Order: sequence, then C-alpha cells, then structure tokens
Amino acid sequence: MNAILRSSIAGYALLLGAATASAEGLVAYEIVDGAIPASLTGKPGDPEAGRAALVNRKLGNCLACHTATDLGDEPFHGEVGPSLDGVADRWDEASLRMLVVNAKMIYEGTVMPAFHREAGLNRVMDSFAGKPILTAQQVEDVVAYLKTLKE
Amino acid sequence: GGASADETNLPSIDGVTLQTRAEAPEGHPLTEIISGFEFRTKETQALELDDFNNPGFLMVELGEEAWSTVEGTAGKSCESCHGDASESMRGVRAAMPKWNEAAGRPFTLENQINACRTEQMGADAWKWESDAMLGMTAYIGLQSRGMPVKVDMESGEMRTWWEKGKELYYTRFGQLDMACANCHESNYGNYIRADLLSQGQSNGFPTYRLKWQKMGSLHRRFKGCMDNIRAKAFKRGSDEFVALEAYLAWRGQGLSVETPAVRN
Ligand code: HEC
Ligand code: HEC
Ligand code: HEC
Repeated sequence: MNAILRSSIAGYALLLGAATASAEGLVAYEIVDGAIPASLTGKPGDPEAGRAALVNRKLGNCLACHTATDLGDEPFHGEVGPSLDGVADRWDEASLRMLVVNAKMIYEGTVMPAFHREAGLNRVMDSFAGKPILTAQQVEDVVAYLKTLKE
Repeated sequence: GGASADETNLPSIDGVTLQTRAEAPEGHPLTEIISGFEFRTKETQALELDDFNNPGFLMVELGEEAWSTVEGTAGKSCESCHGDASESMRGVRAAMPKWNEAAGRPFTLENQINACRTEQMGADAWKWESDAMLGMTAYIGLQSRGMPVKVDMESGEMRTWWEKGKELYYTRFGQLDMACANCHESNYGNYIRADLLSQGQSNGFPTYRLKWQKMGSLHRRFKGCMDNIRAKAFKRGSDEFVALEAYLAWRGQGLSVETPAVRN
C-alpha cells in the first residue's frame, strides 16, 4: 500500500487499501504547512475516549514515555518524552494531529512512534501488519483530549 | 534514576569484585559502560550477590551435573576432554562470541557446546532455550564471573559480523518503529512506563529473570525486546542475533561477566 495518500479533496477522509471499509484501516489526510488541519474522520473527537486510548497499553500507551498531571491517577509514567502538561498551549489542533499521526514529520528522527501510519515499517509482527496503531477515530479522540491539556 | 555505584564500593560475590561500570574506550558510542545490575533494585541486586539465594543456581547445578555425564556414541562427557571446568572454562564466556575457523562464522557459547556435542561426542544438539543448554551456558559462564568481557573482533571475519550487528542495533523495527539504540543508547536511565531502561548489556547472560520466573538466553531477551515493539523477531541462533550478540559484547567490554545475573 502507498504511504500517505494526499487526498485531492482536502479535509475529506478516504479509506485506503481494502475495498471494504475497515475500522482499522489507514485514512488519507492532507498535510498543510506541516500540520493536519482536518479531522481524519470528518468528526470531532471525544476527549474522554481519547484519555482512555492514551492510557491504554494496547492502544496509545503514551504514558510509556510521557507524564501528565491530569493523569496522576494512572501508575507508571515514563521519562522518555516531555510532560504533556500545557501541550495545547504550545501546539494548535492541526499540529497535535500531526504529532499523533506521525511525530517524525515534526521531530525528525524522534523515538516517538507514528500512530497512524503503516508504510515504511520494518518487520512488523504479523498480527499488527497493515494496521496503524490507532484508528482514525482514536487519533481524533486523543487529539481532542490533548486539546484539554492547557496550563 | 537507577541505583548508582560508588566507584570505591563495587559489588562483590565471595570476594570477587564485579566491575559494573567501565570507562568507554575511544570510538565507543557511550561515555560510560554500565551493567544492567546498576539499574535494578537493591532487592534484585541482593539476589544476584548471594549464590544461595540466586535462583539461577538451580540451572548452574544442572549444568555442573551434565558436565561429567557421558552422552552420545563416542562415550564421552565434556569432562573427558576438558577436565576441571573451573580451569579449562575460565575466561571462555568473557571472550564469546569467538571466530571459529572451521565453521567460518562466529561461535556463541551455545554454538560451541553443540559443536562439541555433535562432532566430538556423537550426541544430539541441544535446543537453544532448553534447560540443558541454559544449564551448561550458566555453568560455563560462572567460571568467568568477575572477568572483564573482552572479545576479539580482529580474527577471521568478525569485523563483518560486528558491522552487521551494529547495523541491526540502529535499525528501527516493528509497528512501533524503534531501534535498540532508541531505548538502550539514547534513553538508559529513563523509565519507559514501569521499566527502568538499562544499556541493554549482555554481560549477565544467561540471566535469571524474575518476570520469566526462569533463566533465559540472551537471544530470548532480544526476542522479548522485538516483541515489545511489535516486530517479527529473528530466530534464536539466527545470523542476525549472533551478529547482534557480537556487537553487544563489544559494546560491553570491560564489564565483568555476571553469569548467572538476576534481572527483573
Ligand atoms: C517511545 C516514546 C514515546 C511514545 C510511546 C509517545 N511519545 Fe510523544 N514524544 C516522545 C518524545 C521523545 C517527544 C519529544 C520529541 C523529541 O524530542 O523527539 C514527544 C513529543 C510529544 C508531543 C509534543 C510535546 C511538546 O511539548 O512539544 C506530544 C503532544 C506527544 N508527544 C504526544 C504523544 C501521544 C498522544 C502519545 C501516544 C498516543 C505519545 N506521545 C507517545 C516520545 C514518545
Ligand atoms: C521499547 C524499548 C526497547 C527497545 C526498542 C529494545 N529494548 Fe532491550 N530492553 C528494554 C527493557 C525495558 C529492558 C528491561 C530493562 C533493561 O534492562 O533495560 C530491556 C532489556 C534488554 C537487555 C537485558 C539487559 C540486562 O542487563 O539484563 C538486553 C541485552 C537488551 N534489552 C537488548 C536489546 C536489543 C539488542 C534490542 C534491539 C533488537 C533492544 N534491546 C530493543 C527495552 C527495549
Ligand atoms: C572428544 C573431545 C571433546 C568433548 C567430549 C567435548 N569437547 Fe569441547 N572442545 C573440544 C575441542 C577439541 C575444542 C577446541 C575446538 C577449537 O578450538 O575449535 C573444544 C572447545 C570447547 C569450548 C571452547 C573453549 C574456548 O576456549 O573457547 C567450549 C566452551 C567447550 N568445548 C565446551 C564443551 C562442552 C560443554 C562439552 C560437553 C557437552 C564438550 N565441550 C565436550 C573437544 C571436546
């Protein structure tokens, strides 16, 4: 499958690959000025669901590397990445979406995984092959939650 | 951060000092070489420092027994040829993997043991992760405990294998798209979720891992790390893992062999 297909219809979500729409499939998006202005699903995310996806070890598992004061009730915050406190003051929604979809577009060579990408990966375990880590809706939910992290 | 060792107060077992920190030679990617020991809790460290409580010694005993057990068509045991392991096997683990001219490839300790079993004893090769192999590698490894890891990268084609290992070490794998270096070079000393990242050194292997409730080979650990980043792991004993092992041994030169180490 191609890398990231630039949709000619800006802001319109397209399902790629399989003819049948899959909830796990990769969604096309358009990068504008280094960020992704339009929702991957065309709908706003749900911050509560985003908080859960961010914490869930099988989904975002963002706390593997990050900490956040708002997530103080969750055990085991990582130290590999910066604190997510105030992240919404530092980044607009479009940039936060880019960071979650593929942080390497903003931080070249970063250790942070790209959560909505499947091309260009090496020896992916069979059970995860061809799937992004987070679905389009989960990305939107996580972005919605990140938008609440203001100082 | 992890427990830090006072240079003048290095850990020791029965009077044998463990060099858990070593100065990195020039051209080495790290500034200081640090054993995984330093990143573990006091409780875990205490288990390693006491042979009576170190659960890895069950495997060592298994290996010691096998050492003098006759097996195979030649009617020999390891002892028939190698005598007292505390003399003949001293320093062996510290120098592994080692170039083997006849095989035309590096030999890990497992490779050498199986070569002796099949070619010298007329016995079956042991499976990489079998208790028999873990026991023998632990028993032989123990004979080098406290000795500095020192591998010879100049003999045969070791350099080529080192290069291959280095390339793998910096290659990103899996759905999480991470390389060994992302965790063990750029982030040692940092927590990744509940785990305190070490430099991923190989000096303690085979290692008793509390999480496994068992002793495990270095290649099992490699597989575990690849599983965690959702990568299709290479096979135990594969060229890729042998190359990584050779490269890691070089990265950990100067650290004491700690076999059988205890990790969590
Ligand atoms: C394996 C480590 C790792 C994981 C997992 C990870 N991140 Fe990151 N993240 C980083 C690092 C490191 C940075 C800093 C960029 C850099 O210097 O590489 C970062 C940066 C960020 C930033 C920008 C922070 C700022 O203040 O500029 C955001 C937002 C972010 N991550 C969100 C997330 C979210 C949401 C998840 C999970 C869906 C996540 N990260 C998972 C390592 C990680
Ligand atoms: C996502 C992070 C991550 C990646 C990538 C990773 N590891 Fe690890 N590794 C760990 C963690 C966590 C541990 C257990 C704690 C520790 O010792 O660092 C560990 C432990 C180890 C150990 C045992 C160290 C000891 O003292 O017992 C070795 C050896 C090792 N890793 C090698 C590798 C190699 C080789 C690779 C690449 C194929 C790799 N790791 C990739 C996280 C990682
Ligand atoms: C009939 C003789 C014989 C028997 C039996 C035998 N070996 Fe060996 N072993 C050798 C010879 C010869 C070498 C040297 C090989 C070489 O240099 O290429 C060797 C080398 C080794 C080495 C490498 C030593 C070094 O300095 O690098 C190890 C480890 C070893 N054997 C372990 C074992 C074990 C364990 C057993 C039993 C399971 C065993 N051997 C049984 C003959 C034997």
